[in-house]
Amino acid sequence: MAAKGWIEVSDTYCKGCELCISACPQEVMELDMSHLTPKGYHPAHTFKDGCTGCAICAVVCPDAAITVYREITKRPATVAV
Amino acid sequence: MATPNNLVYERPEAFTDMPTHYCPGCTHGVAHRLVAEVLEEMDLIHKTIGVAPVGCSVFAYNYFDTDFVEAPHGRAPAMATGVKRVLPDRVVFTYQGDGDLASIGMGEIVHAAARGENITVIFINNANFGMTGGQMAPTTLPGMKTTSSASGRDVETQGYPIKVSEMISTLDGVGYCVRRSLHDPKNIRLAKKAIRTAFETQVRGLGFSMVELLSTCPTNWGMTPVDSLKFVDEHMIPAYPLGDYKISDAIKQIKI
Repeated sequence: MAAKGWIEVSDTYCKGCELCISACPQEVMELDMSHLTPKGYHPAHTFKDGCTGCAICAVVCPDAAITVYREITKRPATVAV
Repeated sequence: MATPNNLVYERPEAFTDMPTHYCPGCTHGVAHRLVAEVLEEMDLIHKTIGVAPVGCSVFAYNYFDTDFVEAPHGRAPAMATGVKRVLPDRVVFTYQGDGDLASIGMGEIVHAAARGENITVIFINNANFGMTGGQMAPTTLPGMKTTSSASGRDVETQGYPIKVSEMISTLDGVGYCVRRSLHDPKNIRLAKKAIRTAFETQVRGLGFSMVELLSTCPTNWGMTPVDSLKFVDEHMIPAYPLGDYKISDAIKQIKI
């Protein structure tokens, strides 16, 4: 099962440049057109489930605006062969 | 809610809380972040002195939570030389653009490299003078339109671009000189590794280290941030091949 993750985009730093949106391998990001940051940009957000917490959005983000979390999944106990 | 255990990535500690003044999508921010991450990983935040240049990154001292000095235009390597000689136990890096390093500061960078000063230089190559409005820089590609070469850079009258990494790598004082790009996640990770190696070079006292980073300037190129990354991939990398131009034998032994 794919890992489940989520991101938080900081309103203070996000400038709506869309680099994370084009880089997201799961294609679950878009600009939030219903919201404006204090600087007047539409910030990025995830608009549907599917984030795996791979942090590629954070790797390409020029403003270090994205914090990435990933759910801890318990691995099934390995069975001795 | 989030516990520290499932945190994958957060803003590096080496940054202050101040948002950068860079245009949306400018890869200056990525370069800043990589330097900040490396300083944090190596636990150097409290013993680093940065030297800010003149150019878009002139306010770098506002963004890094380290000590910083501001150099006159192009003189960052000279200033870094002084700082490093007076305080040899500190880590000294300069962060310069192509208008600063390759144009007015060409003398300083060449002589700092030739003397083998034990400093680290982060060189941002975005093929124009970003801060002043996108004029032609020494690194502008042939045929590339800028505000001061409106019909494209004509090599007959305006010469050819300067390949800084190739030139610096010919000097004996240089320990580490590589070119990386910031146009996709893979190359950003490679760039971070190169910056890490450059700082390791300095910490071990193995000579001058420089990382050239191919960068974008969406505003002055007149492109969207995503299109500028494509421009780097399609036009800048063929003109400025990525690669390791000089890695001394001692640095090859460093395991990170």
